[in-house]
Amino acid sequence: MTDLLIVITVVLILIIIVQISKASEYVSILKGKEKAEQQSDKVNAWLLMAFLILGLIGIYICHELLKGKLLPVAASVQGAAIDHMIIYTGIITAVVFFLTEIMLFYFGFRYHNKPGRKAKYLPDNDPLEITWTAITALVLLILIVFGLKEWFKITGPAPKNAMVVEVTGKQFEWMFRYPGKDDVLGRKDFKLIDPAKDNPLGQDWSDPANHDDVVSHNVLHLVVDRPVRLLINSQDVIHDVGLPYFRMKMDAVPGTPTTLWFTPTITTAEMIKKTGDPDFVYELACDQLCGEGHFTMRATIIVETQQQFDQWEAGQKSQYQLAMADLNPSISDTTKAADGGLPAADSSKAKVAFAK
Amino acid sequence: MSNETNLPAGEAGNPHQEITQPQSVAVPMPAGHGAHVAEGHGIHHHEPFITKYIFSQDHKIISKQFLITGIIWAFIGGLFSVLFRLQLGFPNDHFMWLHTVFGNWAPNGQFTPEAYYGLVTMHGTIMLFFVLTAGMSGTFANLLIPLQLGARDMASPFMNMLSYWIFFIASIIMFSSLFVSTGPFAGGWTAYPPLSALKEASPGSGTGGDLWLIAVFFFFVSQIFAGINYISTILNMRTKGMSMSRMPLTIWGLLVTAILGLLSFPVVITGLVLLFFDKHLGTSFYLNSIYVSGHALPNVGGSPILYQHLFWFMGHPEVYIVILPAMGIASEVLSINSRKPIFGYRGMVTAFFAICILAFLVWAHHMFVTGMNPYLGAFFVLLTLLIAVPSAIKVFNWIGTMWKGNIHLSVPCLFVIGFVSTFISGGLTGIWMGNSAIDLDIHDTYFIIAHFHLVMGVASILGMCAGVYHWFPKMFGRKMNNTLGYIHFWITLVGAYLIFWPMHYEGLAGMPRRYYDYAAWHTFAPFQGLNTFISIVAIVVFITQILFLFNFFYSIFKGRKETDPNPWKANTLEWTTPIHPGHGNWVGEIPEVYRWPYDYGKNGIDFIPQNVPLTPEEEMEVIKETQPQPA
Repeated sequence: MTDLLIVITVVLILIIIVQISKASEYVSILKGKEKAEQQSDKVNAWLLMAFLILGLIGIYICHELLKGKLLPVAASVQGAAIDHMIIYTGIITAVVFFLTEIMLFYFGFRYHNKPGRKAKYLPDNDPLEITWTAITALVLLILIVFGLKEWFKITGPAPKNAMVVEVTGKQFEWMFRYPGKDDVLGRKDFKLIDPAKDNPLGQDWSDPANHDDVVSHNVLHLVVDRPVRLLINSQDVIHDVGLPYFRMKMDAVPGTPTTLWFTPTITTAEMIKKTGDPDFVYELACDQLCGEGHFTMRATIIVETQQQFDQWEAGQKSQYQLAMADLNPSISDTTKAADGGLPAADSSKAKVAFAK
Repeated sequence: MSNETNLPAGEAGNPHQEITQPQSVAVPMPAGHGAHVAEGHGIHHHEPFITKYIFSQDHKIISKQFLITGIIWAFIGGLFSVLFRLQLGFPNDHFMWLHTVFGNWAPNGQFTPEAYYGLVTMHGTIMLFFVLTAGMSGTFANLLIPLQLGARDMASPFMNMLSYWIFFIASIIMFSSLFVSTGPFAGGWTAYPPLSALKEASPGSGTGGDLWLIAVFFFFVSQIFAGINYISTILNMRTKGMSMSRMPLTIWGLLVTAILGLLSFPVVITGLVLLFFDKHLGTSFYLNSIYVSGHALPNVGGSPILYQHLFWFMGHPEVYIVILPAMGIASEVLSINSRKPIFGYRGMVTAFFAICILAFLVWAHHMFVTGMNPYLGAFFVLLTLLIAVPSAIKVFNWIGTMWKGNIHLSVPCLFVIGFVSTFISGGLTGIWMGNSAIDLDIHDTYFIIAHFHLVMGVASILGMCAGVYHWFPKMFGRKMNNTLGYIHFWITLVGAYLIFWPMHYEGLAGMPRRYYDYAAWHTFAPFQGLNTFISIVAIVVFITQILFLFNFFYSIFKGRKETDPNPWKANTLEWTTPIHPGHGNWVGEIPEVYRWPYDYGKNGIDFIPQNVPLTPEEEMEVIKETQPQPA
């Protein structure tokens, strides 16, 4: 019923607008073309001015309302550098924005058609044009130089002491593999993937390096102040490892491994204190459309001290142990339970959201 | 229909030579001189409806066909965006009428995720390809190239007709894909494989995806046909005196647009054909090591990134294909309404060419996070930021044109001011994400949505509206209602900013694009209130467009008749034709051109059309300028 009322109201408003517009057309004919034009030019000139002023106020209000919802400080060394870049790029573009927009609307207002006003015949002005071209190019070159400096730092080789985690995306889940004590990730092959036999990544059990690799689902553990190098790949379609708090992003491409490294600087516990939000959690979002469950492809990241990380890793069964336990059903129940916990809860949460 | 109204290309001889079209070939004489003459003229002819309005070869009719098809598609594409904004704005509400209208797409009054992604994909495809490419170039290139250059029609009217009808076929196929049981294509307008190649990965990539590929293929073919025609007409069929340096900037914009399309569309067609092969012939161009829906696929060795290169090699020039005609329209309309010459004509043309070249060298800035070689990335950062230089020149020149003018704030002029404003707002953020390090943060977030909607979505639509309001009297011999035009403009401009400005903040908070629901996300859920606000504004803006639709269609039939052949007091040649030009455009000889199109306010004269010969004083000036200065 309310729907119908809304529709009727909208239709009535449209009809009224149309009728008024038609009537105003006749009025302008009566007034004469010249006079009607001058009047509407005047009205619109003031509207341009009003739009400019209200727009500038609006930008301020928008900023005040939304700045609190922006992300807290960047939680990685690289992210802090990117934030810095955003700030100076923002300042430069803001200056240009305000200058040009104000000129645009002010000129529209200031030089609107009036009886007696003559336009100035001014086809070009070479020195002026060359100057503003040169200044623009120079400013952009500065941005390019600083930007590329950062880009090469970020995409350069990871430090020697970086820990390595393999990230695998699939519809619609994230899997993380840690190399274990030997610091080597074992061989894998997509043809060996068999979730039913507890081999979701296709690890080759004949490679002993695989035997201590730990796999976690939808939860990534990282160590604070220790660079981490992510080896990223996908099993089906292109996904993207989006790390908003660390200001990082990298596609997960089937068949073409990619990599990304950064240094987390704030633990989850510290961030809870900083934000005053007891529920704070680092989130990893899929940033590349990957199918109908794209929006449910969420993982959480726990940044902790080395000690906490070691403790957590020591408590994990390697995927090899889990898979072998499958062969011996008597112990499989207990291991399944050990594997559960947070990740299972997470994926069921995602399913709930999805089922909506 | 005859081709007599055109000078056959072969007869033109040296293409660099200025061409006067011989009377015998081209001119429909007032009385009946021979069989082909009658059809040229509006009033006394017996041309059947089907060749006059449907399979017409008259560029003006084809232009209207493109425009009306484009407007219908814009309405559908806009409606789709409102529908998916309903989901984003009101994720917890059930609108039962959605189920009534859309059936299985919205089982309990809410779109399913797959239907939602179908709507998102269709919105992008329709708006970019059907509205802002075919609708924009198709309308204004067809209308303006012959009329502003002084030609009786396109170089090949038949191919021109073909181009529209191939586009029409593409439209029908795309529309029919909405009715497939597995849903329309839902893999995003960029159609990245493997998602677009595997129906196991997305149901929409089955039949819906096939139809999408075929439709887009036909669309590109139609645009190649059109582009060849535009370029050859501009290069070969200008009237006497219309040297390249005397062409209006609209034509320059359309020329560069056509060149971009002609060089980039074949590349993406290749990419799409290979994708089709991967889908149906078992090839592995884009597929490698895939495990999907419980089994490993046999495909190895392909690279999904290859597709992205092929796609964006078209995709980036495409955004200029969308914006350059609007830039041309803006330059022309702004100069006419300011009663001042466009500031820096040479700078404008140079900027067009700089954009044309650079547009082909920046495509991989869409791919900074695909794991590309950082050195390659650096190359694209450099060129991407450099392309901001010609864009900035254009903005400065538009503002310079307004300075000390006598600006008539007519409806088209306001739309141009809106165009420049949104182009600045959206263009400046391009400098953010063009810098690859910043892109790492904001890639694929709402920041990108805000950026490209402002700079090429809203800006192009505003430019297109400016063009429609400005040339409506030429197209239909009637006027549109001004008051409705002003209301349309102000609500659209204010609405566009209310919708897209806050999205920058969502993007800076990392909010990913193409999400169906943010409720489960701790980081993004706080933006729900803002999303609802944006959706409400989007609905209001959409309803406002109905006013435009009404104004447009009503005025075609019932608008006030235009009595002035040159209602805007403009200099270009289209206003030297009769109010209702027949096929062939000019009665009698095609006017000769003596000057550039921007003599507004020169020597105190309000405007001097291009076909007015130079006064003796002006001739003296020219001689002074061209003769070498004595040392």
